[in-house]
This record gives sequence, structure tokens and C-alpha cells, in this order.
Amino acid sequence: MSASPRLVEVRQKVLKRNDLLARELRQRFQAAGVYVVSLVSSPGSGKTALLEKTLSLVRPNARVAALVGDLATDNDAVRLRRSMALVRQITTGTVCHLDAEMVEKALADWNLADLDLLFIENVGNLVCPSSYDLGENLRAVLMSVTEGEDKPLKYPTIFNTADLAIITKADLAQAVEFDWDAARQNINAVRPGMEVIALSSKTGEGMDRWTEWLLDAARRPFRCK
Amino acid sequence: MHELSIALSIIEGVEEEIARRPGARVTAVHLNVGPLSGVVKDALLFSYGLACEGTSLEGSRLKIEEIPIVLYCPVCRQERSAHSMQRLCCTVCDTPSAEIRRGSELEVSALELSSVGADL
Repeated sequence: MSASPRLVEVRQKVLKRNDLLARELRQRFQAAGVYVVSLVSSPGSGKTALLEKTLSLVRPNARVAALVGDLATDNDAVRLRRSMALVRQITTGTVCHLDAEMVEKALADWNLADLDLLFIENVGNLVCPSSYDLGENLRAVLMSVTEGEDKPLKYPTIFNTADLAIITKADLAQAVEFDWDAARQNINAVRPGMEVIALSSKTGEGMDRWTEWLLDAARRPFRCK
Repeated sequence: MHELSIALSIIEGVEEEIARRPGARVTAVHLNVGPLSGVVKDALLFSYGLACEGTSLEGSRLKIEEIPIVLYCPVCRQERSAHSMQRLCCTVCDTPSAEIRRGSELEVSALELSSVGADL
């Protein structure tokens, strides 16, 4: 009987299972020709409002669907269904983020080939979703002008893992004396070179650029992470 | 806080690994954690203890090594350290870079095993 411990080298990613599943999902999306965009932000930044507006704006030009994650209620799905797009709620219970398995289950009976664009609205949380790859092609992080310009500095990881930053509620910028330059600088400091789109889902300001950008991205060849 | 989910994933992965080594008992798990992994060390240490209860890893220790951020600097044309997570710039020439080479790690690097008689 040996009592001395021995060290065994292992190289194992902790989220290996999620990463593998996300890779499989990405391959399925690619094969079906559907472009997948996930939205992350803190609660109340306007993910659902942006999605509501986006779904109705792009529906004439693209076949769109959305998965929406929340801890509880299907309020968001009910709101989004008004756009007539295919919508499914993922209720996570106490889990603070979506993972690849939840996405896979939620998509089970959907024919992905019938879609051009799929949105995944994550649970409102700027911390936990950053670690979980969902197989998306693009991760957009939202921050609203009412949250303050330093949001990226407080939550650098989620901004760092995103591909696009969207500043929402632009119509309120003046009222809260939002400093656009500081916000852009902060985003650039935590994720150098990331594109920033400013918009208001309420007034429609900036929505053109966002929807053009989306439709253009959906037409481009797939980028594999 | 998703550190409990992370702790459960660590245990799942380690149990798979030791299933191939009959008679081995895990006394410690070595984990590499980068600041860009989004994981908080103290929260993970706390969750790990809870998550291990009732598993074969109960009583084991989690040894976390924090991995600093390394980015590729396009101006220096080599890997450099970064000022901070809030300022992803080369510490030598101050050029911003989004090309992260290290610092996102969340991986088990080694296991400390004690044998209960059998071959490991």
C-alpha cells in the first residue's frame, strides 16, 4: 500500500462537454444555412425590445426564429410571438445562463433548414453566460445608456467574448448625459477593435444599420470559431 | 454565480478520468484559471467543497493556478503581457490587441492521486 500521492498530468477543459456540443450545433447550423446570433446583457438592457423590433423588421427579408432564455415566466416569448416569428421560451429555473444542451433540446423539433436567422436571447446576466459557447456565429453584447459608460470595465469578460457591442436606449442618452466617447473607449479597452452599433428600439434610430448589418452577416460565408 | 455549475463539471470530468484508474483516490485537483474565463476563484473554491460532498472526490482539494493574460502584439510581433483585463494593451508599446493567447483557460491540468493498493 502506497500512501504518497502522485501527480498525474491531465489536460482537460472543464467545459469540454459544452464545447463539444456547441461545436456540433455550429456544424448543424452551418449545414442548414442558418446564421445564429446570441444576445447577452444585464437584465433590463432591452434585449427583448430589440428582438421584438428586429424580428418584425427582418421578417419580410429573412426567415427568422428566436429562443429566449429566462429563469421564469414565458412573458418574453409571448411578446416576441406578436411578430409572427417562430419563438420558443427556455425556462432555466435557477440556472443563471443558457448552455449548449439547453439550446439543443429547445431546437429538437425545428427544421433548421427552414430558417435564415436564429436569435438566442440569453438570460439577463453579464457574468455567467460568458463561459458558455452556444454554437452561435455571433455574440452581441448589449448595454443601455442608462447603465453607465463604465459597464464594459466592470464586466470585461462578457465584452471580451462578444463580437459586437450594441448600445441601446439611445433616445434616453441626452436625459442621462451619456458620454458616447467614454463608452466607446471603454468597449475598445476590453475588446480592441469591436464594432459598436448605437440604436433605440423605441424610436427606431439606428435600427437600419443593425438590420442591414445582420442581413449582410447572414449572407456572408460562415465563420467558424 | 455559475461557479457551482463549473464545480460540477470539474467533478464530472475528473470522475471520468479516474474511472480508468481503479484503486486511485483523488486528493487534489489542479486547475488553471485565466481571468478571462469568467470564473471567480473564491466562489469556485466554495462551490467545489459543496459539490464534492457525496462523490468520490469528497475531501479533495482544489488547487487553482491563476494564468495571466498574454496577447499577441501586432507591433512588437510577439507575445506580450497585457496591462489588465480592463486594458488589453501590450505592456511594452501600449498597442491594443484582441488576439488573446492566454488568460481564458479553465482547465484541469493535473490530479494528485493516492493509491489504495492497486496499480494506478
